[in-house]
Amino acid sequence: MKLVYFAWVRERIGTDHEEVELPTGVVTVSDLLHWLKGRGENYAHALQAPEVIRVAIDQEHVSHSEPIAGASEIALFPPMTGG
Amino acid sequence: MSIDPSVAIQAGRIDLAAEIAAIETEGAFGAMGGLVTFSGYCRDEGGRLKALELEHYPGMAERELAKVAGLAAERWPLLACRAVHRHGLILPGEEIVFVGCASAHRTAAFEAASFLMDFLKTRAPFWKREHLVDGTIGGWVEAKASDDQAAARWEAS
Repeated sequence: MKLVYFAWVRERIGTDHEEVELPTGVVTVSDLLHWLKGRGENYAHALQAPEVIRVAIDQEHVSHSEPIAGASEIALFPPMTGG
Repeated sequence: MSIDPSVAIQAGRIDLAAEIAAIETEGAFGAMGGLVTFSGYCRDEGGRLKALELEHYPGMAERELAKVAGLAAERWPLLACRAVHRHGLILPGEEIVFVGCASAHRTAAFEAASFLMDFLKTRAPFWKREHLVDGTIGGWVEAKASDDQAAARWEAS
């Protein structure tokens, strides 16, 4: 599965995208955030407050309770500040 | 049957006069009674800022902008609707975003343009970072709760 990161999430993790193999048990967006958070200091720093992280599956906004099965690209980013 | 809004994401300057001319053409034929436009600009924050850097999620930014403009066109009887958002480095005094909504009467045009800006700010995947006059790259601009509240008022009504 492809993960893409933007803004300070991208900077803190240290890459703008990566391919990951998800362990079984990672079912929802929330599961994904908690699994990622445990992958290293950079992830822990980026995801220290997972509740503020916005998520899009295949370029559609989703809530943290959304199942991720079938997703080809999941994006993690801070609250948006355009306009 | 609502109109099909025109949206664009671009690095270059927005030609505001050309945007207005396009709306006049699309919404003309005597039907347009009011056009409300909004242009958002980069501030220098009292001389502190050299530029704003706008990061975006290519693909999703276009989709969200089109979706938000489509919602405005469904909700108000618009004759034309255009939205343009820039990305990349933007200097103080330059425009960041343009929205224009035309309708037979002013109320729909005012409300649709306001709705479009409020929803765009909370839904379109763009992030601002400050570049300071001393040459350093400052922090990411924090999202404001007031923006969420501005968007939420359209849900309630």
